[in-house]
Amino acid sequence: MNLQVDVQEKDCVHVFKIIGEIDAFTAPTLKERLEKVADQPECQAVLDFKEVNYMDSTGLGVFVAFYKRVKAVNGSVKIVGLNKRLKRLFEITGLDDVVEIEMESGDPNGTV
Amino acid sequence: MWLRLKWKVGTLMAPFDYIEIKVPAKAQYVGVARLTISGLASRLGFTYDEIEDLKIASSEAITNAVRHAYDEDEEGEIIVGCALYEDRLEIMVADHGQSFDFEETKKRVGPYTEQESDVQLLREGGLGLYLMETLMDDVKVHHEKGVTVFMTKYLGRERGEADVKQTAYS
Repeated sequence: MNLQVDVQEKDCVHVFKIIGEIDAFTAPTLKERLEKVADQPECQAVLDFKEVNYMDSTGLGVFVAFYKRVKAVNGSVKIVGLNKRLKRLFEITGLDDVVEIEMESGDPNGTV
Repeated sequence: MWLRLKWKVGTLMAPFDYIEIKVPAKAQYVGVARLTISGLASRLGFTYDEIEDLKIASSEAITNAVRHAYDEDEEGEIIVGCALYEDRLEIMVADHGQSFDFEETKKRVGPYTEQESDVQLLREGGLGLYLMETLMDDVKVHHEKGVTVFMTKYLGRERGEADVKQTAYS
């Protein structure tokens, strides 16, 4: 029930590797980490969900707020490493139509 | 005839095991309650995907209760009641910290109405209620001395299937 967020910057792209569970308790941590780069002009962010084993609407809320702020500074957000469960969460909330999701190559569920 | 009568009584008062946990209305206990529900769902024989649905739906209800407590500046407790039936799991989440008579409370729970301010809060809370309704077979919100969310998930029923009444025992 913990969350770890590792950030790496490479060629002006911020890669957030998110590890653990995103819920009401841990979402503020994620929000804080994302906010540090959200307002940078033309911010480019990649969120790696590969090691996220649980997420609910609190995580989606943080993500949507971040996405809006980055879009406001003409930046971009890309999501990678979604497992089948998380992908379903993005699908049933309609967020998969809004945000760029890159499925793992060779993933049998990688139809996005 | 006797068998028929016995069956009817059995249907009306289906036996169930009841587990209740009480946690402080703080975000760090949402995950604890979630893990408990996950364990109970596993005991009932839900599939991996169904358990994940239950984890999200129950977390949404408990998170709403935690937020409600914070909004009211209360240091309250949340009661999570789980009734394990042969064919379903019923979960009740109450934000007012009072233990409840599960059967009695269940009788009084009705469909939510849009006028109720706390339900508005749930709606405005964004995706929470939507996810509960999407991931569970039935969700009701009851407003009396706080908010009680009551939700049901049946074993072996794919979401999206027509909401037919269970006829297995008829």
